[in-house]
Amino acid sequence: MRHLLSAADVDAATANRIFDLAEEMADVQNRPVKKLPALRGRTVVNLFFEDSTRTRSSFEIAGKWLSADVINISAKGSSVSKGESLRDTVQTVAAMGVDAMVIRHAASGAPWQAAQWTRAQIVNAGDGTHEHPTQALLDAFTLRRHFRAAANGGSTGTDPFAGRTVAVVGDITHSRVARSNVLLLTTLGVRVVLVAPPTLLPSGVETWGCEVTGNFDAAIAEADAVMMLRVQRERMSGGYFPTPREYTVGYGLTRDRVAALRPGTAICHPGPMNRGLEISADAADAANSLVLDQVAAGVAVRMSVLYQLLGGDDAWVSQGGQG
Amino acid sequence: MGETTTDLLITGATRVGGLADEGGDLLVRDGVLLDPAEAGRDGSRELVRIDADGLLAVPGLVDLHCHLREPGREDAETVATGAAAAARGGFTAVLAMANTVPVTDTAEAARHVRALGEQAGLGAVVPIGAVSKGLDGQELAELGLMARTGVRVFSDDGHCVSDARLMRRALEYVRAFDGVIAQHAQDPRLAGPDACCHEGEVSGRLGLAGWPAAAESTIIARDVQLAALTRSRLHVCHVSTAESVEVLRWAKQRYPQADITAEVTPHHLLLTTDLLAGYDPTFKVNPPLRPAEDVEAVRAALADGTIDAVATDHAPHARHDKEHAFADAAFGMVGLETALGVVVETMVRTGLADWERVVEATSTTPARIARLTDQGRRLAVGAPATLTLVDPTARAVVDAADTRSLSRNNPWHGRELPDPVVATVAAGRLTYRR
Amino acid sequence: MSVPGSAPVPPPGGETPGDRVVLDAEDISRALTRMAHQILEANRGADGLVLAGIPSRGVPLAHRLAAAIAAAEPGSGAGSVPTGALDVTMYRDDLRSQPTRAVGPTRLPVSVDGAVVVLVDDVLFSGRTVRAALDALGDLGRPRAVRLAVLVDRGHRQLPIRADHVGKNLPTAADERVLVRLAETDGVNEVRIVRPGGAPTRREV
Repeated sequence: MRHLLSAADVDAATANRIFDLAEEMADVQNRPVKKLPALRGRTVVNLFFEDSTRTRSSFEIAGKWLSADVINISAKGSSVSKGESLRDTVQTVAAMGVDAMVIRHAASGAPWQAAQWTRAQIVNAGDGTHEHPTQALLDAFTLRRHFRAAANGGSTGTDPFAGRTVAVVGDITHSRVARSNVLLLTTLGVRVVLVAPPTLLPSGVETWGCEVTGNFDAAIAEADAVMMLRVQRERMSGGYFPTPREYTVGYGLTRDRVAALRPGTAICHPGPMNRGLEISADAADAANSLVLDQVAAGVAVRMSVLYQLLGGDDAWVSQGGQG
Repeated sequence: MGETTTDLLITGATRVGGLADEGGDLLVRDGVLLDPAEAGRDGSRELVRIDADGLLAVPGLVDLHCHLREPGREDAETVATGAAAAARGGFTAVLAMANTVPVTDTAEAARHVRALGEQAGLGAVVPIGAVSKGLDGQELAELGLMARTGVRVFSDDGHCVSDARLMRRALEYVRAFDGVIAQHAQDPRLAGPDACCHEGEVSGRLGLAGWPAAAESTIIARDVQLAALTRSRLHVCHVSTAESVEVLRWAKQRYPQADITAEVTPHHLLLTTDLLAGYDPTFKVNPPLRPAEDVEAVRAALADGTIDAVATDHAPHARHDKEHAFADAAFGMVGLETALGVVVETMVRTGLADWERVVEATSTTPARIARLTDQGRRLAVGAPATLTLVDPTARAVVDAADTRSLSRNNPWHGRELPDPVVATVAAGRLTYRR
Repeated sequence: MSVPGSAPVPPPGGETPGDRVVLDAEDISRALTRMAHQILEANRGADGLVLAGIPSRGVPLAHRLAAAIAAAEPGSGAGSVPTGALDVTMYRDDLRSQPTRAVGPTRLPVSVDGAVVVLVDDVLFSGRTVRAALDALGDLGRPRAVRLAVLVDRGHRQLPIRADHVGKNLPTAADERVLVRLAETDGVNEVRIVRPGGAPTRREV
C-alpha cells in the first residue's frame, strides 16, 4: 500500500502481517543494538499540525530504529492564521526530498488532501475527529497478544480474534480512535459494541457494522475487552452530558464495573487517561489493564508500518503496491 | 444606455417567454427592441448581424445572489471580473451580496458597488444591503438610506438573522419601501461556524462537523410566520433540503397573501454529499451539499414553483483560502458561468421543466423579487434589449481555468454539461459572444 | 501492503526439459551427516556451538544439522546444540530493488556472545545473503567465531566470502537457477537445477 490513511486500508491479512512483524520489532527492542538498517537513506518527516508528544515520539523512535532520517516539524499555527495554506506547507516539506510524511492534524481529512499534493508516502497519525489508524493497529496488536495468551498459552495456531467482543466506550462522535478501531476490529472479525450516551454517537453509526448500546453494564457482561475513550475537557461543558459525575455513573469504568468484568477481560485506554472520570484508578491499574502494553506496542507497530510502507522499492510503491 | 450608431440584428431565434409565435428576428437599437422591419432603413447606422438560427432568445438572466468580493478581496474577484463571468453565463443583472470588506451596510457602500458595476459596463450590478450593521446580527443597518439609493434586497448572507426579534423588525421596516429580506437560513446554535458537512452518514464517517437539515428548515418555519405576521416580503436563500421545501409548500398555502419566495442554487440541484469523501474543499459550501433525496426534492420544488428562482451563490475564493484542511477552508464555489447549463441538465433534460419555466426561474421571477423593472421583460418591441441567446443542445466539458472569474474553485471542473449561452445583450450592449 | 511470498515452484517429482534433479532426499541426508561431522571436527566437539539458520530454508536445514550432530556424537550433550533462526531481510543490500519483502523470524535460544555461530543456508551464490547475515549477527552480539555451512555452493561469488562446510559443490551457469526444496517448507526433499526459460523460481541471492 502506498499510504496508511485509514484503518480501512488494512485488510485482515495485511494487519496480521503488520502484527507478526511488530512481534519481531518488539524483540529488537530487547537487543543490545536496537537499530535495524532497513530504512537507511530514507527520510521521514513527522509533520505535526497539532501537539502530540506521545505519538510523535513513538513515530520518531520507530523511524530511527529502522535507520531512517527522522525530522520533526511542528507546523502548529502555521497555516490558516499566517496565511500559508496546508498545500503550501505540505509541498514545501515535500520539496525537501522526503520519502514519507507522518501527519497529525486537528482537521479531519488533512492527510487525504496531502496525499493529493505530494509524491511522498503519507501516514495518518491522527486527523481531527476522523481516524488514527496506527493507534487502532497497536490496540489490535495488544489485544491479539492478550487473546492468544488467554486462549492457549500463547499458541499462534487459532484466530485470536474469532468470537471476541470488544466494547468501545465513550465519546464516539469525536474520537478518531473509535473510528479506526471499529474499522480494524470488524475487519479482523471482532464483534464491536459501542457504548455511549446518544449525544456522543455520530450520525450514521448504525451503518458501521457494529452494535450500539447505552447500557454499559450489559455490554460489560459480554466483553472480552473494554476500550475506554478519553473524554475531552471541552466536551464536558459542551452540553453533551449534564455533569462529569453523571457521565461516570453511566459510562465510566468504575470499581464496581471492574468487579463485574469477566475473568480475563482486558482493559484498554489510548491515553492520556482522565482518572476518576472515564476510568477509575482501580481499572487503570488492574492486573488485566493493558494500558502500558498499548504504549509499549506503539513503537513496534509503527516500525512495522514504516517498514511495510517504505521497505521496498519506489517504483513498486508508486504503482500502487501491485506485488 | 446612450445614443449609439450601431444596430444589432438577431435573426432566426425562437423567442421564449410567451412570445414564441412572434417570429424570430430582433432588432436592437439604443438599448431597446425595435421592429426588425426597421433594420437597414437608416443608412447612417451600421448594422451588425447575429445569425441565431436554431437558438432561443430569452430575457437576460438575473442572479439574485452572488459574491463579487469587491471591495476587500479583489484578489478573489472584482466587480468587473464578476460581471464578465456573469455576462458569459448569460446574466444581464446580478445582485452582489453585502458581505464585502467593508460590508455594504450604508448608502455610500451601496453606491460604490453600483458605480463599479456601471464602470464595468457588462450588465447591471445591483448591491444587496446588509440587514444588520457589520452583519453582526445585533442592530439594523441603515436600510432606509440604502433604499434611497435603489437597494431593495437586504441580506446578512453568510450569516443568518437568527435573532427572531431583529428579523421581525427588519421585515417590518423594509415594508415601507417595498424591500425584501433575503434570509440565509441557518440556526447558528444547531449549525455553528464549524458545521461543514450535511449531518448524516457521511459526516459521521468522515468525522466532519454536521450541518443538520433541521438548522435550515426550522429557521424557514419561523421566518414564514414572521413574514405573515409583518405582512412583509421574505426571500429564502439557497434552499437545500426536502424539509425546507415542505415548510415552504405549507407556508405558501397557509399564507396566500404573504410574499414568500425562495431560491435554489445550481449546485444544490446536482451535487451530493458523497463528493466530500475525498475532503476536496472545492465541494465545501454553505449550506452544504445534501444527499440525493434532497436534490430530488429541490428539483421538484423548482419545477412546481415552490422554489421560485435559481440563484448562483457564486462564491469565488483565492486558492490560498481554499487549499486548507477541509474544516479550515473557505465556504463556497463559483457558479455564474455554469448556472444555466446546470439548470438545463437538471430540469430541462430530465423533463422536469420546459424553457418557459426556466425563463421564469432564472429571469422573470428574480427580476420581480429584486424589483428590477428593466430586467426579465418579455422580448417584445419597445422592451429593453436585455436578452440572452442560448443553444439548447450545446455541451462542453467544464475547465476551471477557462473562466472570466479570478477564481478557480469550480466544482464542475472536468464534468460535461450543457453549454447553452451563445451571446448576452444587456441594455442593448453585446456583453458576451461565444 | 501486499508482500509476495515465495514464487510458485514446479510440482515435485517430474522433470521437464532444462530442469534436472541433482540431489535427492537421500543425497541431502548424506550431505548433512557429513557436514555435521565436519562441524564437530572443526569445533573439536559441540561446545559453544550455535546453529543459526537463515530463513526460510536455512532454518529447517539448521535443525536437521543439529539432529545430525546429536546423532554423530550421542551422549556428549550434542543433542542440545542451540539452534535457531537469523533473519537477514532488513540487512539486505537490495531491499530497494523490489517490493517490500516479508521479514522472517529471528529466534536464537542463547546469546551469541562468545559462541561459535554456524550460519546455515541452502544455497551459496553471490555471497550477499551471508554478508547481510554477518551484519545481522553483529547487532545481536559478538560471537567468538562465525562459520558458514551451506547445502549447495553453486559458485559465482560477488563478495569475498567462502563456506566452511559445503554439502555439494554444484557448478552452474550464472543464468541457471538452483532450487532447494525441503519437506518442512515444500513437502519434498530435492535440489534441482532449472535452466533459463524453465520454471520460475524464487529469487536466489
